[in-house]
Amino acid sequence: MNYRAIRAIYLFEMARTWRTLLQSIVSPVVSTSLYFVVFGAAIGSRITEVEGVSYGTFIVPGLVMLSVLTQSIANASFGIYFPKFAGTIYEILSAPISYLEIVIGYVGAAATKSIILGLIILATAGLFVPLHIQHPIWMLTFLVLTAVTFSLFGFIIGIWADGFEKLQMIPMLVVTPLTFLGGSFYSVNMLPSGWRTITLFNPVVYLISGFRWSFFEIADVNVAVSFGMTIGFLVICMVIVAWIFRTGYRLKN
Amino acid sequence: MSSIISVSNLSKAYGSGFKALNGINLDIKRGEIFALLGPNGAGKTTLISIICGIVNPSQGSVSIGGHDIIRDYRAARSMIGLVPQELHTDAFESVWATVSFSRGLFGKPKNPAHIEKVLKDLSLWDKKDSKIITLSGGMKRRVMIAKALSHEPQILFLDEPTAGVDVELRKGMWEVVRTLQASGVTIILTTHYIEEAEEMADRIGVINKGEIILIEDKATLMQKLGKKHLTLQLQNKLDAIPETLAAYHLELSADGRAVTYDYDTKGDRTGITSLLSDLRNAGIRISDLDTKQSSLEDIFVSLVRAP
Repeated sequence: MNYRAIRAIYLFEMARTWRTLLQSIVSPVVSTSLYFVVFGAAIGSRITEVEGVSYGTFIVPGLVMLSVLTQSIANASFGIYFPKFAGTIYEILSAPISYLEIVIGYVGAAATKSIILGLIILATAGLFVPLHIQHPIWMLTFLVLTAVTFSLFGFIIGIWADGFEKLQMIPMLVVTPLTFLGGSFYSVNMLPSGWRTITLFNPVVYLISGFRWSFFEIADVNVAVSFGMTIGFLVICMVIVAWIFRTGYRLKN
Repeated sequence: MSSIISVSNLSKAYGSGFKALNGINLDIKRGEIFALLGPNGAGKTTLISIICGIVNPSQGSVSIGGHDIIRDYRAARSMIGLVPQELHTDAFESVWATVSFSRGLFGKPKNPAHIEKVLKDLSLWDKKDSKIITLSGGMKRRVMIAKALSHEPQILFLDEPTAGVDVELRKGMWEVVRTLQASGVTIILTTHYIEEAEEMADRIGVINKGEIILIEDKATLMQKLGKKHLTLQLQNKLDAIPETLAAYHLELSADGRAVTYDYDTKGDRTGITSLLSDLRNAGIRISDLDTKQSSLEDIFVSLVRAP
């Protein structure tokens, strides 16, 4: 392993984060606070409780996931797209590093950033509502797995995209709707039974359900299923990344 | 001298069906400056990109210092520094950070003293804390050279190092290249400025339409090019070259007012003196004369134009 190269890429990407601290950290925190005001205070005054948990507290795991998902994709896709766009990718490709090392550097940095962000949002939420985490280890496990999986997914989008609009397309048209419809702000059990079945095809449901379980021990689907689906999605992303590098897709042709 | 880069039977066809390289064979000797000449689109950049691992080859193999570029890519790529043609740099990084990043990327331990030396050699030391976006084009070019040299490569690729660079800077760049060669670095540069190849290279290769059409020592090539042309303007129009002058193989211009004589400056006798006296004996009077040496450019143009 070329650890120095991994370190160089990782630190380079993290340096980009510190340089753009305002948009990287501050803006997600502000938008999460807005969700709290709108959903927690306004709607929460009408829905007081979901399965024994106050509504304001109930939406916290969903809100953290919402940010972690979108930020992981945004960080990782931009991180690899930009060198491609600016041409500086030549240096990465000509360096004595393996594909695995490139992925660890970029995806590791993107995931780190969104994990930090998720924890900051969690702390912010703690200012608005009382929080108690039943299974902190599982909470961190789901957080890390989701951040890594969606950073990989973002990496794939970043390599696939050949223009800025394509870079935005998947996050805007697919990921955001799936997240909103994935039970960020409600329990799937609150839906009519037909919709509930359809919702179960949404992968984000499993992520949010598992993550919420680690907080309150309440879940839309069994936590083992959640865990399995998360790992499954991680494996799919890894297979696609491996294929990209083996064929040189959009990179070496 | 042993070869440090060995390219054999290398071909590249792009997805569109365009064949950028066609059966390239090339050996680069350790320590030389090799100039790869060719018109735009000849395949120079594709060839370099394959050697450096940026583009996958379709066929053939390349080895760097005995290491195959695919099977043993780590060892192969560690030996190479690449300065691409376009000015691809990060905008917001400092010069110091970007050059240090390159060293890390190539797996070398930190060595501030080496980075300092590279930056000083390239007159970038006082800009080390400047953001790259604030630098001029010539400085950016030097930053890219600094990045390529940050990991102490044995081979340096310079793809069109002086394209769009002013005369003074170009001379400075040549100076840098010579210093590098003196320190033992093998240098491959592509260019379409003939002057540059003539000035710098030990050997010259000409590539056109994806094929190497000539590889020659510069000295040999220049010797071949050592021919000069003597053009004599005549006072009176001439209809044909007189029989007595047949041995000189003179060429009469279309208007009959000038003759051209080819001679070799490296030969024992140029034949100019006897030609002039024979002309006078034949009653042909001369109003003016000039001589011209064929340049690398002439040969290059004739090679590239050939069908």
